[in-house]
Formats: sequence, structure tokens, C-alpha cells
Amino acid sequence: MTKSMSGARMVVQALKDQGVEVVFGYPGGAVLPIYDEIFQQNDIRHILVRHEQGAVHMAEGYARSTGKPGVVLVTSGPGATNAVTGLTDALMDSIPLVVLTGQVPTFMIGTDGFQEADTVGITRPCTKMNWLVKDTAKLSETIHQAFHVAMKGRPGPVLVDIPKDVQFATADYVPMDKVKIPHYQPKTVGDPDQIARLVELMESAERPVLYTGGGVINSGPKASQLLRELTAATDFPITSTLMGLGSYPASGKNWLGMLGMHGLYEANLAMHGCDLMINIGARFDDRITGRIKDFSPRSKKAHIDIDPSSINKVVRVDVGIVGDVGEVLAEVLRQWKARGSRTNKDGLAKWWRQINDWRAVKCLTYKNSTTTIKPQYALERLEALTKGRDRYITTEVGQHQMWAAQFLGFEDPNRWMTSGGLGTMGYGLPASIGVQIAHPDALVINVAGEASWLMNMQEMGTAMQFRAPVKQFILNNERLGMVRQWQELLHGERYSSSWSESLPDFVKLAEAFGCKGIKCSDPKDLDDAIMQMLDYDGPVIFDCLVEKHENCFPMIPSGKPHNEMLLGDADTQGVIGSKGAVLV
Amino acid sequence: MAPLNIKKGSSSHSAYDLRDPNAEVIEQHTLAVIVDNESGVLARVIGLFSGRGYNIDSLTVAEVDHEGHKSRITIVTRGTPQVIDQIEAQLRRMVPVHDVHDLTAEGPSVQRELALFKVAGKGAARVEALQLAEIFRANVVDSTLESFVFEMTGTPEKIDAFADLMRPLGLLEIARTGVAALARGV
Ligand SMILES: Cc1ncc(C[n+]2csc(CCOP(=O)(O)OP(=O)(O)O)c2C)c(N)n1
Ligand SMILES: [Mg+2]
Repeated sequence: MTKSMSGARMVVQALKDQGVEVVFGYPGGAVLPIYDEIFQQNDIRHILVRHEQGAVHMAEGYARSTGKPGVVLVTSGPGATNAVTGLTDALMDSIPLVVLTGQVPTFMIGTDGFQEADTVGITRPCTKMNWLVKDTAKLSETIHQAFHVAMKGRPGPVLVDIPKDVQFATADYVPMDKVKIPHYQPKTVGDPDQIARLVELMESAERPVLYTGGGVINSGPKASQLLRELTAATDFPITSTLMGLGSYPASGKNWLGMLGMHGLYEANLAMHGCDLMINIGARFDDRITGRIKDFSPRSKKAHIDIDPSSINKVVRVDVGIVGDVGEVLAEVLRQWKARGSRTNKDGLAKWWRQINDWRAVKCLTYKNSTTTIKPQYALERLEALTKGRDRYITTEVGQHQMWAAQFLGFEDPNRWMTSGGLGTMGYGLPASIGVQIAHPDALVINVAGEASWLMNMQEMGTAMQFRAPVKQFILNNERLGMVRQWQELLHGERYSSSWSESLPDFVKLAEAFGCKGIKCSDPKDLDDAIMQMLDYDGPVIFDCLVEKHENCFPMIPSGKPHNEMLLGDADTQGVIGSKGAVLV
Repeated sequence: MAPLNIKKGSSSHSAYDLRDPNAEVIEQHTLAVIVDNESGVLARVIGLFSGRGYNIDSLTVAEVDHEGHKSRITIVTRGTPQVIDQIEAQLRRMVPVHDVHDLTAEGPSVQRELALFKVAGKGAARVEALQLAEIFRANVVDSTLESFVFEMTGTPEKIDAFADLMRPLGLLEIARTGVAALARGV
């Protein structure tokens, strides 16, 4: 039965029908009718943020930790433009979001009205799809389509721009089951012939490696399950991008650690030396491949991806399989078992011996100190003291992010939220709140750098208001550490504007927000301080004063192949040529 | 097996050397893209080309299915085979795109463009322009005592050739529609 209602009510009804429980948002003139409807119901919880960028990152944290789409509601003009960084972030990392923006009334569009912005124009390149709805009769259908597009195929952010008069006008509500089937139906089942070719390669490979990415996480828990099954059954070594951490457990025996620019020695050399690379839901990002010409020169490459445009985009592959990771892995396992579950045992045994030699290099070794907290040590202690707890980690962007990826272990998918593709400083604090809202009883920690953290610190107010006991673990090196590291290696140690000057007193800041502040600078006090943070029932800002000039290793300098990795400070002199300096 | 091999300062390559212009020839391809005829769809397609650095040599768009609200966008583009494949894949994954045909790759096709030429002149030049127009089967769609507007349909090459001939005879302006194309046969 169709019901007539206002556009504003339709929005709320459509969200309820889509199973939305939480909306992250900020009101303003152009969305007041929708806020009025939100006020008059109790099914959907509204989280009032402090800045619209925060709302989008919270929705990302929510989406990544639950597998459900994150929903955002903001006003026209500045509300919409403040959301742009978050939208771009979500697009780069394939995070499903539905962002609703208010717009000036249809009759004012194009007149430079107060708080008018060409929202669909501005956000076209940073959304998977967006719509301006000019007719209330089309509103509910568009919102349902928006959820479909955000979730189907390679997930991503979508935006629906709703003029204020469309929110006031009434029309018939189109329920979900009456919405006409959208033509957007990406292929999820892989081509069985291509899968057969991959299975044949798997049977004979001497030096295989599984290279997994965020696609495994996005495909859902079943994909991670199948990945574990495949790894155990074949005994193939497995590595992952920053985005895919947790799909295979860090404690698993085939785990090589993360690969890429700051990835582990054994993972990168396995990628370089393999004869069969099986890319599962990753995208040959430049942080992963280094110099393309020398990227894994002797391997056959297979690539499983739901987005056909990812295949052969950067690296040409021998077997391309378009499909959902979970569905493709199920078929790979089925075919491989049906043909007798064969692998090249002798080749593999030799390969593992080689890998174990690489592992013995212990590339994450660092020089510890009894007087200064090394950032790596801080993360080792955080790891040890949170072991076995259902723990969710978000990060900001910089050295601390890479150290977190190296030194924290992830046993399950959806437990690690970091800005991978866009590298957005200011992501971690709001993302941690989004995660905590979705998992009120879980331990949620944002591993932060002091500079990144300041970018969205206003969201501590949101954490306080909505009782999200997020732990802000700030590795404070009083530097824009990653920038400083590049300046040291690439720009003659000229540290141009990479000092964090005039930092606030984080403990006093915590008090000002009404939460707990902890400061720690002595390695001897660190365990107690971390325990205090974990035991405190509420948000904590932990100012962990760490070594200021620590560099993050291993490092593959931009424009270098995997086997030209730097393992420590001794390796760094003059190693990055002028061509490399051009790259980011 | 690859040993640890740190060659210091040896790199002269860029990680972004993906499209070596010497390794592969640049090809011109004509793509037909069937899209929902909704607002913003052209901006979306053009934004893809500008955002990812693809070329557009020619572009035409018009609704071809009124009931189904479908438009056909014909794009003539250039790139290495890998880039052309990327363009097609990138177009295909856009939500309002229903179908993409690489008419150049799929077999023989017919390509036509309509052009209008304004040529001003008197005396011998005027007579010569008219004679050439006849040879090229261009129609006179407007004439004054000092000018003609010719209309011509043909391949882009034919239109280029006619324009070259008209230039010394007083060519003032050209308006071209861009290429419309269909595959031959069924
Ligand atoms: C919004 C934004 N601006 C600039 C950068 C460039 N950038 C990358 S890391 C970094 C320094 C981060 O400093 P901090 O948060 O203290 O982390 P650290 O590297 O010191 O651990 C900067 C400026 C970025 N990634 N994002
Ligand atoms: Mg810092």
C-alpha cells in the first residue's frame, strides 16, 4: 500500500525501511524539515557531530566495522562542501555511504542563493553516483536506489541532494519492494574458465603468494573464512595490503605481514620473487608495486576483483577474474578440490625455506631505549596489553599509522579502520567514534599522531555527548613525522614546516572536554599508563611522548622496486634519486 | 631467488611509467556509449575523461530512445590499447551507463559528421567554391551575393579536406557536429 507523505518524512521512512539505525549529521536551514521528522521518532538515532567531515568519517568507521552502509545527513552549501574530503576518502577505500544533503529550494537553484552550492557538481568526481531530486514523487525511490548503488559491486559513497521544497511537498511513498529493479547489477560470479586457469597455475606453482586487499573485507566475513580455508589447504604464503589487514589472522602460520612501501621484508621479497601472484581484492596501488617495470618480474599474475576496471589498469595480469571475492574463492576451492587438491609440495617446501630466511632478518627490529618511549615499543605494549580483547583500531595518517599496521596484529576482519587510499589526516578520531557507536561495548582505540589528531579534535565533544568511550592513543613526536622522514631522506634534512609547534597540553585539553587525560614519557611508566587508559570508563586522550626523530622502516622509496628496500637508517644515504623525489 | 639488493641511487625510472609512449602505438577508437538520459550524465562522462587524463577528439550526444530515456554518446578518443581498454572499463562501471561499444574494435563501422561552412567571396573565387562544393556533394543552404553556407555530411577526413580547399576561397566559419557512428551489418 502506498502512503502519501512529505518528502522529509519519506527520507526518514526510507532510512527505516533500509534498516538504518544511526545517522551522523549536522543540521542547517536546508534540512530542517528532515530534522523535524527525526525529532518525532525513536527508531533512528542521530549523532550530532561537530564538523561535517567528522560525520562522514564516523559513518566510514561505522560502515567498515559493521559491513553496513554509513548514513550522513548535512545541510546545503558549507555542510555539503565540508563533507567532500570524507566522500573522497570513502571513494578511494570503497566504503559504502549514503550521504543526504539539503539544497536550496528548486526555484532558487542557480541564483546563488544563501548557502547554495552545486553539490552534485562538486561531488560528482568523489561519489560513486549522486542525484539531485527535484520531485518529491521520485524521492523515496531515489533513496532506495542510492542504498542499492552504495552496496552493490564495488561499494562506495553516494549522495542524494534534496531541495527544501521537495522536503515539504507531499507525494506517494514508494516502498522498497515496489522500486523498479535498477539496471546497475555488477557481476559477482567469476568466469569458471578463468578460475580453472588459476587453479591449474596453483597446482604447479613453485613460489606462490596470496596478495590480499580490502576487497576481501568488503566482500564480507564469508570471504575471510574462505581465504583462511584456502590458505590452510594450499599452505601458500599470504600477505595483505594496509586495507586488507585482519582478513587472514596475524597469528596464522602462513602470514607474512603487510606488504608495500612500509611493508615487511619477507612480504615484499615474496612478492618480488614469486612465480605465481594471486591478487585477491587488491588493486596494485603504487604504494604496493613500487616501480612498475620491476614489479614481481618473474611471476604469472592472477587478479580477482569485482571492479573490471581494476584488472589490467596498472599491472597486466595473465588471469583476470571479475567477481565478488567470496563467490570466486568458493569456486576456486571447489574446482581445486574436485581436481584432487594438488600443489607443488617440493617447490613449496623450498619456497618456505627461502621465506623463513627472509623472516629471520627480523625487519621490524628497532633500537629500544630505557629513557625514551620508542613509538614501536608503545605499540608493542599496546598490543600485549590488549591481546585477546575484542579490539577495534582506527588510525590517523603518518608514521604512527604504518607502525600500527606493522606492530598490531589483527585476527579478524572489520577490526582495522585506516585511511588507505586518500591518506586523510583527521580520519581516525571521528572514525573511532563511528566504530564505538556501532559497537558500544567494544574496546576502540585510535592510534594517532599529534598533528593528525588536531585536525578533527573537535569531535571529542561528540564522543563525550554520546558516551563513546574511545581511547585516543597519541604517539606524540612533536613532528609531522612522516613529512619529517621524507625531508630527511629526500630534501637534505631541511625540515620545512614539519615541526608541531605550540601543541596544546593534551591532559588539560582532555579535562576541558570533560574526559580523562593521561601523559606518559617514561618507558617504565608505560604499561601502567596504558592500563589506566584501558580501565577508564569513558573517552581518554593519551599523550604518549615518543622519540622525535624515529624513522619508519622498512621503507621502499618511491619509484624503487621491492628488492631495493631500506631496512634501517644505515641504508638511507643518498638512496632516493631526483626522479624518485618527484613521486609522492 | 632475489637477494637483498640495495643499489644506491640507481633508479632512473618513475613508478608512474605505466604508459610508455614508445612501447605501444597510439590508436584512435570510436566508442558508442548508451546512457540514461538524465541530468548530469554528460558531465559525468566528460568528467571521467578529464579526471583521468583521457583524450576526446570528438563527442556527440542526443537522446535516441525517448520512451526508454536513453541517449547515445559517441566519443572518438585516442590512446594505447591498454588505455582504450581502461576507458571502456571505466565507462562500463558508471551507474547510468547501460552499454559501451568499441566500434573500432568490434568490426567495420560507418562514421558520419555534419558540417556547415560559411564562405565569403566574389568573382572567380565564388564560382570555384561552388564548383568544389558540387564535387564534394555539399549543399548550399544559404546564399547572399557575397557568401554561401554549405552543408556537408561525410567522414571527418572528407570534411577536413573540404575545409582545406575552402580556406583560400574565403572560408569564414565552420560548425561541425562531431562524429555519429554505427557498426555495419547486423
Ligand atoms: C589532510 C592531510 N594533509 C596533509 C597530509 C600530508 N601528511 C602525511 S603524514 C603527515 C604528518 C602527520 O603527522 P602526525 O599526525 O603527527 O603523524 P606522525 O607521522 O608524526 O606519526 C602529513 C602532513 C595528509 N596526509 N593529510
Ligand atoms: Mg607526529
